[in-house]
Amino acid sequence: MLSLKRFKPTDLLAFIVISIGGVFMIAPLLWTLSTSFKSKAEVFALPPVWIPETFHFEKYIEIWEKGPLLSGIQNSLIITVCVTIIGTFTSSLAAFAFAKLRFPFKNMIFLLLLSALMIPYPAVMIPQFILFSEFGWVDTLKPLIVPGLFGNIMMIFFLRQYLTSVPSAIIEAAKVDGSSYFGIFSKIIFPLIRPAVAAQLILWFMAVWNDYLAPIIYLNSPEKQTLQLVIANFNATYAIQTDYALIMAASFVALLPMLIIFLVFQKQIIESVAISGVKG
Amino acid sequence: MKARSHLYRKESYYGYLFVLAPVVGYLLFTLYPLLYTLYGSFTDWDGLGQMTFIGLDNFKDIVADELFYKASFNTIFMMIGIPIEITLALLLAMGLNRKMFGTTTFRVIYYVPVISSLAAVSILWQWAYNGDYGLVNQFLALFGFEGPNWLTDKYTVKPALILMMIWKNIGYSMLLYLAALQSVPKDYYEAAALDGANSWKIFWNITFPMVKPVTFFIVVTKMIGGAQIFTEVNIMTPTGGPEYSSATVVFYVWKKAFENLQMGYASGMAMLLGLFIFIITLVQFRLNERSSKDME
Repeated sequence: MLSLKRFKPTDLLAFIVISIGGVFMIAPLLWTLSTSFKSKAEVFALPPVWIPETFHFEKYIEIWEKGPLLSGIQNSLIITVCVTIIGTFTSSLAAFAFAKLRFPFKNMIFLLLLSALMIPYPAVMIPQFILFSEFGWVDTLKPLIVPGLFGNIMMIFFLRQYLTSVPSAIIEAAKVDGSSYFGIFSKIIFPLIRPAVAAQLILWFMAVWNDYLAPIIYLNSPEKQTLQLVIANFNATYAIQTDYALIMAASFVALLPMLIIFLVFQKQIIESVAISGVKG
Repeated sequence: MKARSHLYRKESYYGYLFVLAPVVGYLLFTLYPLLYTLYGSFTDWDGLGQMTFIGLDNFKDIVADELFYKASFNTIFMMIGIPIEITLALLLAMGLNRKMFGTTTFRVIYYVPVISSLAAVSILWQWAYNGDYGLVNQFLALFGFEGPNWLTDKYTVKPALILMMIWKNIGYSMLLYLAALQSVPKDYYEAAALDGANSWKIFWNITFPMVKPVTFFIVVTKMIGGAQIFTEVNIMTPTGGPEYSSATVVFYVWKKAFENLQMGYASGMAMLLGLFIFIITLVQFRLNERSSKDME
């Protein structure tokens, strides 16, 4: 109740301005949700209808029949889960080596890897496409999964920073006790960095889940497409028929998984973003 | 001594083993493709048949290509959104950096667009920009303005995309600023207040310098990201907009490579884009270095 005691007029002003901004931030999302429940007449009604007279849930049933939404979700899940689970393992193992093990040219190798952060995807996407088409992997999920399995350099960088605060004496002690290097990683290091790993994993998960450029290059058949492509196709197909309620229902379903993950892990996500920005 | 060198060798062995995956990944999916793109940019190449070395011909064509200029201009033009977003984000963060009712809720509200998929968000904004039934024009109508058909008018399509991107990304910058503001020691402000400094002076002499590293980080990452806009353009204006007025460089590269199968030509443009990103990043690091020296 401190805020009440030391109330300042500027606080009220800030509150009002931020609230108005907040309305603008949330309005398009609420409008998507409300449109998905509207009848056709209400979708095009002037002035706009915010709360439909009767809620039409049909569109939420229709979307599963009118496009490969379910397989889209499945494909997105397969890609994101494979990439983030295996990629996180390889990344954290590498971060451990870069932070705590001694080997020749370590810093040079690390800097080399960091240089990849400077190289934009468009500069490498054409040869990557050629490479994967030679493997016969076009129109499969493999080109979207395999590169991620080798780790994420941003994550390695972040975890390496995090590990510098872990005293090396712990590792030396474990070595004296005869632990193997992998044992040190799995029994000591990994449990220590778990919160950082979790936060980075969620961010990576969201990035892969929301990716659009790589999937649009590799995936053609409707049943192979990721969720993002499926809803983009909904948009292209049903906009001509002005079935906006259907498009909005599909878009909302596409937004839902990330909204849920965000609301559950809100604290970790916000902290992790804040730390990576301020430290980076 | 002997035992130690043995231990050391073992440690090196495991060190290399543990970093093997990212190193192999880097060689396979970054370095090799990058060199390939570089070589490809000097060839006539459709992606299926032979690569014929043609020297600088692609680049000669690119610098004479009106659509490339349009796409480059559009890409740079849309970066106008960056200073606007940063300013608003800092103001918001300063507003939220006080003991106030509902700060957590606001953080969530402003951050929701950031986590939302760009594809879904592009779809809903495309609908919001609809000339007849769109939310944006409905809102303007409240004040007696008649809005244009935003995405099909060559003068409004870029501002429309900029506005949408600010909406999408502002929460991220705001959050970084908020974290930076919270790490500013409170006594700085108290001392300044005791000295009788006004709010503007406090902002200019304390807040602004203290959040400078974050500003730098945001500017660099935003410009790198801004140079690579693709998804929103591809979904909201699938043809590149009226008179190609919303096509970006990545959009054009994608079109040339995967629709026209001009891989060599597209590689040339991709190399120029990579070079552009490299240069802006380098320039900013130089500027940042110099200004931090000035401060000392």
